[in-house]
Amino acid sequence: MTEPIATRLIVILLLALLGWTEVTIARMRQLWAAVMLTGIFSFLGAGWMLILDAPDVAFTEAAVGAGIATFLMLATLGLTTREAKSPTAFKPLPLVVVIATGIVLVYGTLDMPHYGDRQAHIHTYPEPSYITKSNAEIQLPNIVTAILASYRGYDTLGETTVILTAGVGVILLLRNERRKPRDGVDPTAESTT
Amino acid sequence: MTTMLGLYNYWIVIFLMMTGFYVVIAQGNLVKKVIGLNLFQISVFLLYLTMGKVDGGTTPIQPDKSFFSGDPGNPIYSHPLPSVLILTAIVVGVATTALALALIVRIHEAYGTIEEDEILVQDRES
Repeated sequence: MTEPIATRLIVILLLALLGWTEVTIARMRQLWAAVMLTGIFSFLGAGWMLILDAPDVAFTEAAVGAGIATFLMLATLGLTTREAKSPTAFKPLPLVVVIATGIVLVYGTLDMPHYGDRQAHIHTYPEPSYITKSNAEIQLPNIVTAILASYRGYDTLGETTVILTAGVGVILLLRNERRKPRDGVDPTAESTT
Repeated sequence: MTTMLGLYNYWIVIFLMMTGFYVVIAQGNLVKKVIGLNLFQISVFLLYLTMGKVDGGTTPIQPDKSFFSGDPGNPIYSHPLPSVLILTAIVVGVATTALALALIVRIHEAYGTIEEDEILVQDRES
């Protein structure tokens, strides 16, 4: 742990806020506020991603996760309803399932390399070759871009195919044949992503 | 104690994941379920990225040597691969969220409600 104390304090603050936001969302009945808090959760996550040396992911999360996803959910609330029904009774089964899964996952982390460990397998293979060779092979300063667009170019192509499929699906689901259009709201507005 | 300090970030991320999971399976409102799925998803992204962080590391960007005023030395870079995978996952996640929300809009048109139990009651009656 060679991080400065200030960075560590910021991380602890971010993690506390993440947990607090999420528990608040879980307890909330007003969907409008829950959606806005989801956007805040995304932003806090993006903040931590920046500290974890992943600025590309932080930008994408802030723009796509906090921006577009929040917009889509608000549009859905505009077309449906703004308030969730109050729960009839507390059901213990979901809580038991969640706690059991959590315990199994925590047990799984006991074998994992510690945070920032330089000797972890992930940092010994195949990563050094990306860092030492990508500058000569791809000629891009940003290694993440080099991998995304070149080494894993087919992966990115598949990703765009997924987006196309989802967009076609949204258009097919929301096209307003056989239905009268709602006043002032274009049902296909969500397909623009 | 060193185990605690070395693994606490995973445990907090697991708490975040499980809270999102709880929202997905315990809430009857369909929009709330999609919100829970989103929270779960962001937590998984954080889990991947914490694995890529290396002590004293920096962002995996290698500018030209002329960019530096002095000698940059031999910097250590955090792992670029989790960033790449998560960039793909974020965009795919938004695509699936859009599809799920479109389904919710259609369900609301067909049933007049987005509460799971009310939909089930209508299904049994018909």
